[in-house]
Amino acid sequence: MALEVKTNDPLEVGGRTFNSRLMIGTGKYKDMEETDLAIRASGAEIVTVALRRTNIGQNPGEPNLLDVISPDEFCILPNTAFCYTAEEAVRTCRLARELLDGHDLVKLEVLGDHKTLYPNVTETLAAAETLVNDGFKVMVYTSDDPLVAKRLEEMGCVAVMPLGAPIGSGLGIRNPHNIQLILENANVPIIVDAGVGTPSDAALAMEMGCEGVLMNSAVAHAGNPILMAQAMRKAVECGREGYLAGRMPRKAYASASSPIDGVIGG
Amino acid sequence: MIELNVNGEEIRLYQLKTINDLLKTMSLTEQRVAVEVNGEIIPRSQHDNTRLSDGDAIEIVRAIGGG
Repeated sequence: MALEVKTNDPLEVGGRTFNSRLMIGTGKYKDMEETDLAIRASGAEIVTVALRRTNIGQNPGEPNLLDVISPDEFCILPNTAFCYTAEEAVRTCRLARELLDGHDLVKLEVLGDHKTLYPNVTETLAAAETLVNDGFKVMVYTSDDPLVAKRLEEMGCVAVMPLGAPIGSGLGIRNPHNIQLILENANVPIIVDAGVGTPSDAALAMEMGCEGVLMNSAVAHAGNPILMAQAMRKAVECGREGYLAGRMPRKAYASASSPIDGVIGG
Repeated sequence: MIELNVNGEEIRLYQLKTINDLLKTMSLTEQRVAVEVNGEIIPRSQHDNTRLSDGDAIEIVRAIGGG
C-alpha cells in the first residue's frame, strides 16, 4: 500500500474555501444523467451554469439542471456565456443572483466574436467594474495579457481566469510564458479557463502554479466523458502536488542517479 | 385580456393578474426561475403581488448547461 502524503491546501476564492481545484462546466453533455455522472467523477465543487430563457435549451421531460446539480451540494457559478456587451453580462449576473437567492459568485465572460470566442477586454473591464461595485464576487475570463489580468485584479475581481487557448478548441496552453507572467504578479487566484484538451494540459497549468483549472469541452467531448472527468480530477491534483513539491532544477547535461564509484569490474 | 411579450414572444392571456398567474399558465411554478419585467428584476417574494399590465415585456430565465 502506497504512502499517501496529505497536503492541507484548500483553494480560497471569494471568501469561500474548496478542496477541489478543478472547476467544471455543464454544457455539451449527451443528457442530464451524463452531466451528473461526469461532474461527480470530476470531484469539482465549483460548477458553472448558463442562464437562458425558459423556452429553450432543455430536452422536454428532463429535470431542471439545478435539481440534479443542486446549489445545496455544489457551489454554482453562473456564467455570462454569449454576452457580447458589458450591459448584457451585468444583466445576466443580476438575474443569476435572483435565481440563486442572492448568491454573489459569478463567472464574467464578455465575448468579442463568434469565430474565436475571444474575450472583449474593454467590455469585460466595464462589466467587472459595475459588478464589483454592485457587490458581486467576480471570477473573470480574460485573455492571457498580463497587464489586463493585473488590472482586473486591482479592480477587485476575486479570481482572474486567462484562457489557455480558444474556448472549446482543446489546443492546450498555447502561451505558457504569458500565464507565467500573469502568475508572477498575481495576488488573487489565477485559474486557466478554456483551451484545455487533455489531462496533461491541466497538469501543466497546475505545475506552473495556477490555483485551478476550469473546463467543459475537454470532458464533455471526450470519448468517455465520465472517465475523462476522473482523469482530469487526478491531473489537477497531480499537477498541484508537483507544484507544491517543487520541481528539480533543469540541467544541460546528464547527472547520474547511481554512484560512480565501485562499479563492478571497474 | 392582456397582451404580453414573454421571452421575445407576443402572447395574449385572459384572467391573468400577477407574475405567479403567468408562471402557473406556463407550468413554471415548481421550477427555479428568475423574472424580469420591463428590464427590472422582480424578486421571487413579490411574484404573487406584482401585477402585470398590457404591453409588459417579461423575461423568465433558468439555469441550463453551459461552460
